[in-house]
Amino acid sequence: MAYQSYVLVCGGTACCSSGGDKVVAEFKRILAEQKLDETVQVVTTGCLGFCEQGPIVKILPQGTFYVQVKPEDVKEIVAEHLVKGRVVQRLCYDPEQAKKLVAEANIPFYQKQYRIVLRNCGVIDPEKIEDYIARDGYKAIEKVLFEMTPEQVVEEILKSGLRGRGGAGFPTGMKWKFAMQQPKGQKYMVCNADEGDPGAYMDRSTLEGDPHSVLEAMTIAGYAIGASKGFIYIRAEYPLAIRRLEVAIEQAHDLGLLGKDILGSGFDFDIELRFGAGAFVCGEETALLQSIEGNRGMPRPRPPFPAVKGLWGRPTVINNVETLANIPVIINKGADWFNKIGTATTKGTKVFALTGKVNNSGLIEVPMGTTLREIIFDIGGGIRGGHQFKAAQTGGSTPRSTTSRSPRSARSWALAASS
Amino acid sequence: MSEKTEQMTPELKAFIEEWKGKPGNLIMVLHKVQQTYGYIPREIAIEISSLLDVPLAKIYGVVTFYNFFKLQKAGKYIIQVCLGTACYLRGGDDLMKEFERQLGVGVNATTPDGLFSVEAVRCLGCCGLAPVVVVNGEVHGKLATKDVAGIIEKYRKLG
Ligand SMILES: Cc1cc2nc3c(=O)[nH]c(=O)nc-3n(C[C@H](O)[C@H](O)[C@H](O)COP(=O)(O)O)c2cc1C
Ligand code: FES
Ligand code: FES
Repeated sequence: MAYQSYVLVCGGTACCSSGGDKVVAEFKRILAEQKLDETVQVVTTGCLGFCEQGPIVKILPQGTFYVQVKPEDVKEIVAEHLVKGRVVQRLCYDPEQAKKLVAEANIPFYQKQYRIVLRNCGVIDPEKIEDYIARDGYKAIEKVLFEMTPEQVVEEILKSGLRGRGGAGFPTGMKWKFAMQQPKGQKYMVCNADEGDPGAYMDRSTLEGDPHSVLEAMTIAGYAIGASKGFIYIRAEYPLAIRRLEVAIEQAHDLGLLGKDILGSGFDFDIELRFGAGAFVCGEETALLQSIEGNRGMPRPRPPFPAVKGLWGRPTVINNVETLANIPVIINKGADWFNKIGTATTKGTKVFALTGKVNNSGLIEVPMGTTLREIIFDIGGGIRGGHQFKAAQTGGSTPRSTTSRSPRSARSWALAASS
Repeated sequence: MSEKTEQMTPELKAFIEEWKGKPGNLIMVLHKVQQTYGYIPREIAIEISSLLDVPLAKIYGVVTFYNFFKLQKAGKYIIQVCLGTACYLRGGDDLMKEFERQLGVGVNATTPDGLFSVEAVRCLGCCGLAPVVVVNGEVHGKLATKDVAGIIEKYRKLG
């Protein structure tokens, strides 16, 4: 593509509701009017993680990061930044009314982060499969189908040390191995997108910003365990994520990346969506399976584990959205690359939704082992209004991945400050 | 139960046809019913029972299990006030009280003109905008009690 600049406008739920869609329309209108639409491309992305300051606009190649952009500001950004190459200082993020920071990389919010799960979030247009493919998308499924046996895939995931991000922290490779070892026949791959813990929107943002990564991961898992059918159980309260998944599934079908005989490999795999209906307990895997079957979502005791007896009594693997989003990267870069990130017992990164009385709330991804102090004070910019830190709560579903020197704050996520 | 009887729409019928053979279709069909009527009318539930060949008791069981499904018609505008942790901390509770006060109805009730109902919902996943209120799918974020009147007025004008 011959574009000289890219205008990325966040199309996540938070930014949309603060007027991001109007900003996109205004950019398109003004760029077309000034005949700049051949050199500047406008891209609507998923959540950029900085929701509270939205709508967010990022301009490439400079990486300039504008916050709280209103449609009225667009004219100035075009005239100053895109035409004359001058940064519009007044729209840059400004923590202490001090020096204006320009590039995203300079904002403390981003400096300590490490993005694997959110690699494409805020970078690609989630409604364009080409964007995903251009960033190594669907490369892992090709590698898996043509160069690896199901056993090798399971082995790679085991070796990576990846553990479930849905709460229990169970080794993903082990779960896949149990299901793989069950006798051949109908098996199912289920993605748990019921994200119900208050304050959590990690899965929502991943689905909105990078739906193909989850589809690709489910297909890889399907191949590994011998399943031909997948379900994504998603909350009905997430309409934007549902729409993006529907678009993504259709696009994957069109390119032969889902459906019969994927990429000519002889492997069949299809994915359907099933909506939750406002019952928190359905995030629990046995209740979730009941709900997919169309029943009241009542949990049942395990064993038998779903890997042995799951949906309609068949072997079923259930993985969380964030767990799955790691899979294609692990396949592409290798288990040895992945298991060097994180701590001795927990590998990789963790996405957090930082909310409450912190200065910067938003979505963050940090290596496992990052302390709460770093999350709250370095990334979160400290407590609002300069108050003293008092208490923090981590969600029930977030693995105990953060450690803090302050014993009182060992469980943190939504924050409360003394006021 | 509402007084007037609801008719099965052609669109709903087609949807049921499409889903009929698929296992676990009941909840997806109920979503469509609620989307069509705003609640699950008894007469439609009876028809679905025979079309999908599931006992009415089971449909009732499912409808009452899931918060999302309603047995009564709600207001034209459903004001959902988030009381998730982040919103609660930033005053979601006060917003709820203010809506109740200004509309003169309690939670889960509908105004006499049938225009508004107020509901408490769990985290909507846009906590960065806390406290959040969603009206028929439209998100209003970073609200204070002084914004409540304006929101009600906006929808009242739409009628
Ligand atoms: C009450 C309850 C609620 C849960 N809610 C969720 C949820 O919202 N999302 C999720 O992925 N897992 C949730 N879980 C965990 C699931 O049961 C299951 O362990 C997980 O989806 C497995 O995926 P993983 O191995 O990739 O983590 C919940 C568990 C319980 C007991
Ligand atoms: S939704 Fe735009 S930054 Fe999160
Ligand atoms: S707590 Fe209200 S949107 Fe998350």
